[in-house]
Amino acid sequence: MTTLEDVSRTTKPVPPSQPATSGSASIELEHLTHDYGTRVALNDLSFRVQPGEIFGLLGPNGSGKTTLFRILSTLMVPTGGHARIAGFDVAAEPNRVRQSTGIVFQARSLDIKLTVAENLMHQGHLYGLSGALLRQRSSEVLARVGLTDRAHDMVETLSGGQQRRVELAKGLIHSPAVLLLDEPSTGLDPGARRDLWQYLRILRDQQGVSVLVTTHLMEEAEHCDRLAILNSGKLVAFGTPTELKASIGGDIVQLEAVSPWAATQLAVKVDQRFQVKTSVVGHTIRLEREQGHRFLTDVVEAFPGEIEGVSVAKPSLEDVFIQRTGHRFWTDAGLTHSSTKEKS
Amino acid sequence: MATLTLPTPMSANAASSNLWIPAYSLWRRELVRFYRQKARVVGVIASPLLFWLVLGSGFAHTFHPSAGGAASASNQSISAHYGGYFFPGAIVMIVLFTAIFSMMSLIQDRNEGFLLSVLAAPIRRSAIVLGKVLGGATLAAIQGWIFLVFAPLAGVHVGAAGILYSMGIIALASFALTALGFAIAWPMDSTQAFHAVINLILIPLWLLSGSMFPASGASGWLRLVMRLNPLTYTVDALRNGLFPAQATDFSPATNLIVTLGFCAVAFAASWAIVNRRTNKPAA
Repeated sequence: MTTLEDVSRTTKPVPPSQPATSGSASIELEHLTHDYGTRVALNDLSFRVQPGEIFGLLGPNGSGKTTLFRILSTLMVPTGGHARIAGFDVAAEPNRVRQSTGIVFQARSLDIKLTVAENLMHQGHLYGLSGALLRQRSSEVLARVGLTDRAHDMVETLSGGQQRRVELAKGLIHSPAVLLLDEPSTGLDPGARRDLWQYLRILRDQQGVSVLVTTHLMEEAEHCDRLAILNSGKLVAFGTPTELKASIGGDIVQLEAVSPWAATQLAVKVDQRFQVKTSVVGHTIRLEREQGHRFLTDVVEAFPGEIEGVSVAKPSLEDVFIQRTGHRFWTDAGLTHSSTKEKS
Repeated sequence: MATLTLPTPMSANAASSNLWIPAYSLWRRELVRFYRQKARVVGVIASPLLFWLVLGSGFAHTFHPSAGGAASASNQSISAHYGGYFFPGAIVMIVLFTAIFSMMSLIQDRNEGFLLSVLAAPIRRSAIVLGKVLGGATLAAIQGWIFLVFAPLAGVHVGAAGILYSMGIIALASFALTALGFAIAWPMDSTQAFHAVINLILIPLWLLSGSMFPASGASGWLRLVMRLNPLTYTVDALRNGLFPAQATDFSPATNLIVTLGFCAVAFAASWAIVNRRTNKPAA
């Protein structure tokens, strides 16, 4: 019987690639580990973010993204390993790290009783700017996010999308080399989301800023230059979205059975007949196959009446996640075989 | 290290840029937020006035020397008018309330996310304490100073020196009590919990400060507690300023030194509590 355990064993293990780097990385993790008492939130993470790239940290809720974000934003000291930003260790030299880093938190951090300009002036003061230089920076970043005309309005009168733009301007006031954004699209409509990514690309291309974005949205991760996929505090995949998707051979074929039980039965039969590696998630059987559409006709003819529905698609990042972890990105009620999934 | 095409971060060059400028900015924010909220501005003017009317009419009759009661327990040094005796304590009470309520904004800052971006900034933690405490203390002191307008009605007849001295003591009391409020509010995430502490600690602190009855008139353990209470000396110091002719429980020098010490200890407590770096979520 093909279980998820088999899948995780038989799937060709692709170690997170560590591309050779030239020069210094913007963000560098070295065996970074963090635990909250007995619960391990980050488990031996090592990777590098290059200058001038938009780097995505993709993972479901509880994967350790938030913990990593807190450590990188120097709000928490890791319990093991090292994290460096612009060459400075987050635990040893937090103020050097802070000076090089702009942070956009997921929750609002603006003072809504102050105007947009006052918020920016305040932020500038915290980062050692003052006087004419600060006023100049303030109007520059406001112009960049297109809110010059709202400078003297109270933040509470701005829409959610505009407030997020002010947050971005706030994070950029001291011209940081690295920008950290925690779930930046939360609460933004599609238009505002598109604008946000437009700004991030401009920052990358014109200023050479490294951008690290945490996200739990696959479509957002697609926008990133490179990605690290986290699951249960471990790095399960690393590379460009294209590379990651290409690591899955062929097409993704999904066969739907009437029940999870029927699905496992059918998976065994499909396995024996066609010698393919299958995985069962809920009542769906997933497999990777070249020429997926041809295979589809064969398999439907071979097991008439046992297949409720079929689909064939090019691999997505979610498929990468499922392949590496053996379970769905969104663990939902349909996942009845979770007992075999890897626990950490 | 080989610098790449990164824009050089604008660096903090001196202590002023990671202590005084951030502290100034946080201080200013407290004041701006205050005068933007008209209800609070009205409260500052109206509450001492209301307070005085209650005191002036109600207390004067209740605690008039001939009425006996609390006043009869008082010793010779107390003014014949309870209103006069109570006046410094009333000022300290107003300062205490303003200080406490302004530090409640710390909990609000934390819950609204504002504090998070301050904590992640390259500033000294003491800048946060200085800015917030000085901001709250400024508001508390202003309210206390406004109350001095009623001083003549309380039988205070002092020159400019006495008033200036009193204003100075009010400023110190504001600082110490705001710093105390800061240290209490910092670890808290709900204003409800803060209210509990106010009732449990801060109100008794005021009640046993010689505001309502003198330490010399109290007996046994109560007297000891009042002598250990730093606020007792602050109230006494204010009495020195407003009624220079009267003898007080402690010498003016003792009162001033203990009040300054109270400021230093309360500030140090806030500073220590803010400087704890943990590997637990910060905010």
